Amino acid sequence: MDGDDRALLHDRTPGVEHEESTADFLSYTAGLVLAVGLTIASFVVSQTTLLWGPGIPVGLAVLAIAQMGVHLVFFLHLGTGPDHTNNVLALAFGILIVFLIIAGSCWIMANLNANMMPAGHIM
Amino acid sequence: MSLTSIADAVPVELARGRGGGGPASTRVVVAYGFWIFILSDIILFSGMFAAYAVLSGRTVGGPTGRELFDLRNVFIETGCLLLSSYTCGLGALSAERQHRDRFYVFAALTFVLGAAFLFIEMSEFAGMVRQGAGPSRSAFLSAFFTLVGTHGAHVTAGLVWLVYMVAQVMAKGLRPHVLRRLLCFSLFWHALDIIWVGVLTIVYLIGAR
Repeated sequence: MDGDDRALLHDRTPGVEHEESTADFLSYTAGLVLAVGLTIASFVVSQTTLLWGPGIPVGLAVLAIAQMGVHLVFFLHLGTGPDHTNNVLALAFGILIVFLIIAGSCWIMANLNANMMPAGHIM
Repeated sequence: MSLTSIADAVPVELARGRGGGGPASTRVVVAYGFWIFILSDIILFSGMFAAYAVLSGRTVGGPTGRELFDLRNVFIETGCLLLSSYTCGLGALSAERQHRDRFYVFAALTFVLGAAFLFIEMSEFAGMVRQGAGPSRSAFLSAFFTLVGTHGAHVTAGLVWLVYMVAQVMAKGLRPHVLRRLLCFSLFWHALDIIWVGVLTIVYLIGAR
């Protein structure tokens, strides 16, 4: 089976791209350039006084999600083709669970804090 | 009828592994399984991110992120990890093409950049503990050390794995099963960089404001 692996490869795996060599190299390099740009943008946005303060965390979150997308597409080579369906479905399920855990925890704890007696009254 | 001729009889658009053209290749199955592991690892991190998000304001009079974080260090750390992800990708590419020498060069670069990241992180942690801002100081710092420390532990594990992979390539050459393990390693290393993007944004950039 091992010897046949590479010849028979019709399905896609995350992290592998089946193009010519220059395309692979270009994909990694384009990914690096985009990621560096987004990282520098994040640092600039977090330090700037030009932007409206309360909007900055939202902007940083957008930049972070964009950068994760760049990593997934250019470094892990996830795509939209039919041969990527399994990988993308698993990723979508993972994102759902991550969202439930983080948003759910924040929601529940904020609710508990709001309903808690102020510390002075407990003593 | 040989396996190859069966595969040739099946139209290309019927991707293998979903009923058409027989079972998927070992490489696809291994990488998919490892992909599932990575997603479960990301879910582990999401628990720590949730804890950090809930506890980040609970400094009980101790130092806040704004006082503790040095964004210049964080910027260098981020650059090291991002570049090591790039060299890791190029290393995996060279291995696929059976260029052993180039693989060694990129593996060495990946190791050096990963070790530099870890060194900066460790000196940051040591400095914080020296200032009395260790994990026992406040709930914020407990959550911080748990989240960032777990990421650092993953990077450490990745470095050990990388050394082990180079040893395997030296001993066995770039054979299909070694290439599969290398593929898993590069998935792991890229995933660590994705998690770092979250740590950087949520802990450092938003926390230092």
